[in-house]
Parts: sequence; C-alpha cells; structure tokens
Amino acid sequence: MTSLVLVEIENGLVKQASRSAVMAARAFGDVDVLVVGEGATVAARIEGVVRVLHADLPPLAETIAALMADHAGDYTHLLAAATAFGKNVMPRLAGLLDVQPVTEVVRILDADTFVRPIYAGNALATVRSKDARKVLTVRGANFDPVPAEGGNAAVESVSAAVEVPDAQIVGLEVTKSDRPELETARVVISGGKAFKDAENFRMLEPIADRLGAAIGASRAAVDSGFAPNEMQVGQTGKIVAPELYIAVGIAGAIQHLAGMKDSKVIAAINVDPEAPIFSVADYGLVGDLFEVLPQFKAALDA
Amino acid sequence: MKILVPVKRVVDYNVKPRVKADGSGVETQGVKMSMNPFDEIAVEEAVRLREKGAASEVVAVSIGVTDAQAILRTAMAMGADRAILVQTDLVLEPLAVAKLLKTIVDREEPGLVIMGKQAIDDDMNATGQILAARLNWPQGTFANTVTVGEGWVEVKREVDGGLEIVRLALPAVVTTDLRLNEPRYATMPNIMKARKKPLETIAADALGVDLAPRLETVSVVEPPARKAGVKVSSAAELVEKLRDEAKVI
Ligand SMILES: Cc1cc2nc3c(=O)[nH]c(=O)nc-3n(C[C@H](O)[C@H](O)[C@H](O)COP(=O)(O)OP(=O)(O)OC[C@H]3O[C@@H](n4cnc5c(N)ncnc54)[C@H](O)[C@@H]3O)c2cc1C
Repeated sequence: MTSLVLVEIENGLVKQASRSAVMAARAFGDVDVLVVGEGATVAARIEGVVRVLHADLPPLAETIAALMADHAGDYTHLLAAATAFGKNVMPRLAGLLDVQPVTEVVRILDADTFVRPIYAGNALATVRSKDARKVLTVRGANFDPVPAEGGNAAVESVSAAVEVPDAQIVGLEVTKSDRPELETARVVISGGKAFKDAENFRMLEPIADRLGAAIGASRAAVDSGFAPNEMQVGQTGKIVAPELYIAVGIAGAIQHLAGMKDSKVIAAINVDPEAPIFSVADYGLVGDLFEVLPQFKAALDA
Repeated sequence: MKILVPVKRVVDYNVKPRVKADGSGVETQGVKMSMNPFDEIAVEEAVRLREKGAASEVVAVSIGVTDAQAILRTAMAMGADRAILVQTDLVLEPLAVAKLLKTIVDREEPGLVIMGKQAIDDDMNATGQILAARLNWPQGTFANTVTVGEGWVEVKREVDGGLEIVRLALPAVVTTDLRLNEPRYATMPNIMKARKKPLETIAADALGVDLAPRLETVSVVEPPARKAGVKVSSAAELVEKLRDEAKVI
C-alpha cells in the first residue's frame, strides 16, 4: 500500500505538521508526497519518502484537489495535516473522489480504522471507513514528525488535466513574528478576555520572550481584537499540546479546553477560584493577572 | 441573486456533551438543541447581503429530523425569506448531506451558498468543501469578510499565518468563521412573522441520493480525564513548581 501526503512548505522548510502527517502515513506502507509550488527538493530530503510529486500551481483548494484526484491512482490513503490549508483542500478532494473524509485523526488503529475527537473533544469516536480509498487529515500534535533530513526521494513533475473553477488569490495578510509557531512551540502562554485591551495583552510578550514561548489567545480575546485570529486556541482554532501551557485570564470554556487539554503541564492564573480552567490545571494560581504577571516575570528573572 | 444557507440542528454549545453508556454515541435525547453557531453566522451574513441589496432572497435549508423545523423558523426570524426541510431520521455524514444539498442547489439555483465551516457535534469541517467539489464551484472557506460584486465574491479567509483573500467567480460556496459577524437575536415580532413564512418539507429519500454511511462507528468513549492539580499561593511558588517539580521551564 502507498499513501500520498500533501505537504506544506513554510519559509523554505517542510512544515512540522506535514512531517507528522508523513509519520501517520507510514502506518499504511510506502509514502509519496505532493508539493505545490516551491520546495520539492526540500521535501525530497524528508526521511523515508519514496517519491515527490511536484506541481507548479497556485496554492488553491480548487486546483490542488483536482490535481490530487487526477493522480489518486493506486494510492490507498490520501493525507494532509489538519491545518487551515489541509482542512480546505482534503474534504474537497474527498468530494471529487466520492469519499467520506475522516478529519482530525488523532490515532490510527489499522488501515481502515481511525480515532477522532468529536463534540469539542468531549468524546473520542473510533470509526471504520468503508471507502476503498481513504481521505484523511491528521492532527500534528498526535504524531511525532519524521526527520526533515535523511531521505533522497525522486522528484517528478505533475500537472492536472482537468478544468477547475475560477478562483484566485488576490491578497495575503501575514502576521510576522519571531516567536515559535503556536502548534509546535514547547511552551505556550495564552491570554483571555480578562486583559481588557490589546495594550494590556502585550504584557504576555516579555514573559513569552523569556520562556521562548508562543502566544495564544481565547476566542473572546481574538473577537475583542487583542490578538489576531491565527492565535486562537480551541475547538475551532488551533490545537496545541506543548510541554507547558499557561492560561492567563481564561475561563476554560469547553471550546477552549478542546484546543489545549492534551498539553503535558497546564498552569492557570485566574481571579475566580471556581474558573473551570482550574479543573484541568496542574498548577493553579488564584489572583489578579495585573498583579500576578509582573511578579511572575520577576520570579522568572530572579 | 438568491443565497442558500444550509443550517444544522446540534446539541447547544452550552451543554456539556455526555457519552452514552453503551458507547454508541453522545446523548442527544432530552438535551437542548439549537442551530449550529457557525450556521447562525451564515444566516446573518446572507441576511445582511440582502439588506445591502447584494442579494434578493435568502433560503434556509436543513437536513434532518422534523424537529429541525425549529431552527428553520429561527433562521426565518433572523431574516431568511423561506425555508426547506429535507426530512430524514437518519444521522447523515457530510458526504451524503452535501449530495442532498446539491439536489437543492440544482433546483433553487442560488448564486451563493453560505454555510458554517464546521458543525460543533461531529467537528468534521467538510460539508462546504464537499458541496463545492460536487458542484465544481469555487470555495471560500473560513470566511472572515465577504464582499459581493458583479459576478464575483471576495472572501477574506482565516488561515494559519493570518488572512488570505480569494476572489471567486459566482456561483460559489462560502463557509463562515467566527469573526465574520455577530448574529442578531430574533426579536419577538420577527419570531411571530417567521411563523407565517413558507416552510416546505421534502423527504430525503425522494431525492435519489445514496445516503448509506461510509463510516461505521466502532465506539464512542470519553477521553481520559485530566485531574485537577494543586493550587499555589504566589507567582514565585508557581515559577518554583514549574522549574523544580514539573521541570518544564
Ligand atoms: C461555535 C463556537 C466556537 C468556539 N470556539 C472557541 C475556540 O476555538 N477557542 C476559544 O477559546 N473559545 C471558543 N469559543 C468561545 C468559548 O465558548 C468562550 O466564550 C471563550 O473561550 C471565553 O474566553 P475567555 O475565557 O477569554 O473569556 P471569559 O469567559 O470572559 O473569561 C475571562 C476569565 O478571566 C477571568 N478574569 C477576569 N479578570 C481577571 C483578572 N484581572 N485576572 C485574572 N483573571 C481574570 C475571569 O474569572 C474569567 O474566568 C467558541 C464558542 C462557540 C459558540
């Protein structure tokens, strides 16, 4: 059995979540990868990849799904990481192939059977797919990434023969940051609505810098404009599982917990001793963040 | 231009889901049910586009049990002009739902379909993309801002690194993200008015679509529970614990 994994290239490197998807695909046998745009030679060095399919196409779901459907051939499994990119493309591919996709896979039991969270992670469903070919997205946090180096795959150019509907990318607003990526950071410190405004939210920055942490946010903090959308952690934002997650002024709604409760260690700072976040926190500190955060920074520096 | 808005009846987002003792799924009996929150955002967006003159009619459609009429009435109270219930007692997967929606799209010929990016029960995040594929229409998923022009729609999308803007030829499928708008509450007079708006019911099995599930649910279990830890009394103690006990900083 051979799988095809759609991988993403970011800043000239294969995204870690994509390498996790390659690891997941190894459960099924040989792995080929597809790269759209630049980065085919980088992808060829991923450990254990047999073949790199390379297409010079704009990164649009319409074109990529059509290309993958065209080249689905003998592949038994078609995968991508459950990133915004993978979630956009893979269900469309499934629609073209007449397959029910299995999204957000956290465990692979066998070639047909997968575990995925439902209801904001309040339940884990094990499903067996009856489709001859599987279309999957997998959560990066649940599969160790394969090493970026060590492989020497052959690169093959591919193109799609099919006509795709009219869509084009006309703009990109990318937030530049020197901090680690939220999904792969070893430490994440997140802030909630309690910060009151965007200026206060920046109190997290010196602490994040000190800890080499990524900054996350609750939905309420994003909705209030304290942080950009790509920082949202939760059921409908990003899923993180760092070594340490620090929640500051976050209540701990189930939708938020869905995105961080698999963190190794959780610390929470909240004025309300009854805040639900404390029910998942290894270390809880009841207190006003405006007093506690400066003390926390001072204690780190001490 | 007509806008079609698919809406799903789900366990209310404020309810803590309970896994059934027999491991067959999550309890939905005797639990408060509501419109999927992302679909409320979709209804709101469609109604705003009609109010701005970019659309002429908003049609809400739900696929599900007879009780899903309630959320269609809510959609109409929010401003949808009429509604269609594709009635079925089966629990359908996104693929089958998309196929049923396609038959409704073929019949209604909307210029735009606006729907939620994900349902908060199965968390699949798939139906909009599958529908777009089967229609061979372009898709603007995870919409943060939607602008409609002559024959096109521009969608600002929430992506991993920030925002991406795509321009799609109409007809197209758009799926909503949280920041697209804040849905209005249905007012009492509008709830009364919605009772008189047309609600058509079609039997799902009359639409000639293969509804057989492709996924067999082997089991549904509760995730391993995390136990609450300890309370610390100061920031200094927190740093000490993280450093010396947990060894994570
Ligand atoms: C469809 C849907 C999807 C959603 N998806 C997500 C998601 O992906 N991620 C997400 O996070 N949420 C999501 N939500 C929202 C979620 O339900 C909560 O509303 C949200 O997480 C609350 O954010 P918050 O904890 O920052 O704000 P609040 O609920 O306002 O809580 C603020 C907390 O700060 C504490 N506090 C106040 N002042 C101080 C102070 N001075 N010092 C310390 N603590 C203080 C309070 O005690 C409280 O616990 C979703 C909701 C819906 C309906």
